[in-house]
Amino acid sequence: MTTTVKKRAILDVELIRKDFPVLQLQRYGKPLVYLDNAATSQKPQAVIDALDTYYSSQNSNVHRGVHYLSETATRVYEEARIKVKHFINSPLSCQVIFTRGTTEGINLVAQTYGRKFIGQGDEIIISTMEHHSNIVPWQMLCEEKGAVLRVIPITDDGELMIEEYGKLLNKRTKLVAMGHVSNALGTINPVKQIIDMAHAFHVPVLVDGAQSVGHMHVDVQKLDCDFFVCSGHKMLGPTGIGVLYGKAEHLNAMPPFLGGGDMILSVTFEKTTYNSLPYKFEAGTPNIADAIGLGAAIDYLQQVGMDRIDAYEHELLVYGTDVLQNIDGLRMIGTAREKAAVLSFTLDSAHPHDIGQILDQEGIAIRAGHHCAQPVMQRFGVPATARASLAFYNTKEELDALGRALEKVNEVFA
Amino acid sequence: MESNRPLYEQVILEHNKSPRNFRTIPDATQKVNGYNPLCGDQLTIYAKMDGDRIDDISFQGCGCAISKSSASLMTTLLKGKTRKEAEELFVKFHTMVTSAPDAPVDKGDLGKLMVFSGVREFPVRIKCATLAWHTMLSLLDKKTEPVSTE
Ligand SMILES: Cc1ncc(COP(=O)(O)O)c(C=O)c1O
Repeated sequence: MTTTVKKRAILDVELIRKDFPVLQLQRYGKPLVYLDNAATSQKPQAVIDALDTYYSSQNSNVHRGVHYLSETATRVYEEARIKVKHFINSPLSCQVIFTRGTTEGINLVAQTYGRKFIGQGDEIIISTMEHHSNIVPWQMLCEEKGAVLRVIPITDDGELMIEEYGKLLNKRTKLVAMGHVSNALGTINPVKQIIDMAHAFHVPVLVDGAQSVGHMHVDVQKLDCDFFVCSGHKMLGPTGIGVLYGKAEHLNAMPPFLGGGDMILSVTFEKTTYNSLPYKFEAGTPNIADAIGLGAAIDYLQQVGMDRIDAYEHELLVYGTDVLQNIDGLRMIGTAREKAAVLSFTLDSAHPHDIGQILDQEGIAIRAGHHCAQPVMQRFGVPATARASLAFYNTKEELDALGRALEKVNEVFA
Repeated sequence: MESNRPLYEQVILEHNKSPRNFRTIPDATQKVNGYNPLCGDQLTIYAKMDGDRIDDISFQGCGCAISKSSASLMTTLLKGKTRKEAEELFVKFHTMVTSAPDAPVDKGDLGKLMVFSGVREFPVRIKCATLAWHTMLSLLDKKTEPVSTE
């Protein structure tokens, strides 16, 4: 980052903050400092309004009625899909499947693609820094099929050991499932390189984009990933909605996930014909309202601009890292060269849970725990960490407040 | 609620810093592990029983200030007690920390354990305060499988 870029305000944070009702709240008479964005992001008024508008004037079931409301609901629901398509640059909108979130997306791929194409003795590669939701579905599949889970080790900085990954790839490898950005460490993985290496073995790659999309520009075609999954609630959208993107050749070859209405073309007791993409994977009444809310979130992100969000969050990361490095007894967990705005740390003086508690009394919300990534905690020999995870509506003043609160933790537990 | 006093009483901070009976017992008659998966706390309670009497009791492990100080204070109170006395103290302690924040507390009954009354304001921390106690109870029941708060 050059100094000229630093001097110019990348975005008008004060103006942006006004769009987020939660950021106006106070705790114990102090302004709320929300630094738990990796868990879930806050929602701008535009997203809340989209939900309100849908339920007050558009609510109906989709793909069913011929009446006005149903046509409106279907149109706005499908418009949301098109927004996602453009946002991640999917070739077609039918390759965008709405799910409940990242976890459901990974389970969908494991239970359909995995059960069909992965068998006895086959291997699935993941990494040490995966979220539990990108570990457990594969373990379940391996147990069922007699397949083997192989794990890429990471360095003391929290970077993938790429040479080790190269050694793990072989003829038995049937899938690589990899986090784009680690929620526990902030590491941005070189997914493009990982994908290219896998493709050399004709191995498809699933990218867990829960922590990347919404913070950086994502282009699924440029990445050439086979599957990409993410959660709406981590990118300003509502809870209960997420996206699975897949290459058409895979999605077409996969059996359906859930059976029911909407996912069929015709049903007789002798034979059922499945619907085409994306509906084959959207059984039952979908989460219409929250898909529309996600569409509004994407509109908002694009208005601010993904490149500017990325640049500003990086500036916050650099600033926040500096603030934390001045705290006595602080150990940063996750010091990769390529990092997203996630600050995971421990303090010599206090357990992460106690840090979180004192910070809460200062109005500062962070996460303390294992962040659903227990293998990462084991790798670094800590039971838990405290984690401040940033978004583009955070400010340097908030990071200063974090620094002061951590000094206070040191005082209390001195 | 401006200050941290209600939760982090001086006694708690002091026991956190210098936990009592923070050691193993080489000739322990029993030991049980306790886990709080939510925060990653884990501890082991060791005891040397002399029939029904707790001859020696200690703990090891890692955890937050609340769980560590609670384990520490517990061991100081239980040494020399009978099994029945220990169970009675468990009930008193458990009843207190799980009661409403404004419920009256019998100071005479609880003695030093009163410092944990602040935990009642923070429901997520109750498990931290009771982990050692649940583990101890399981130990007295001569169970060996690990105890989990979840
Ligand atoms: C990297 C990563 N993957 C997956 C998930 C799971 O997302 P969700 O709970 O929205 O399904 C998370 C959420 O914390 C995450 O950070």
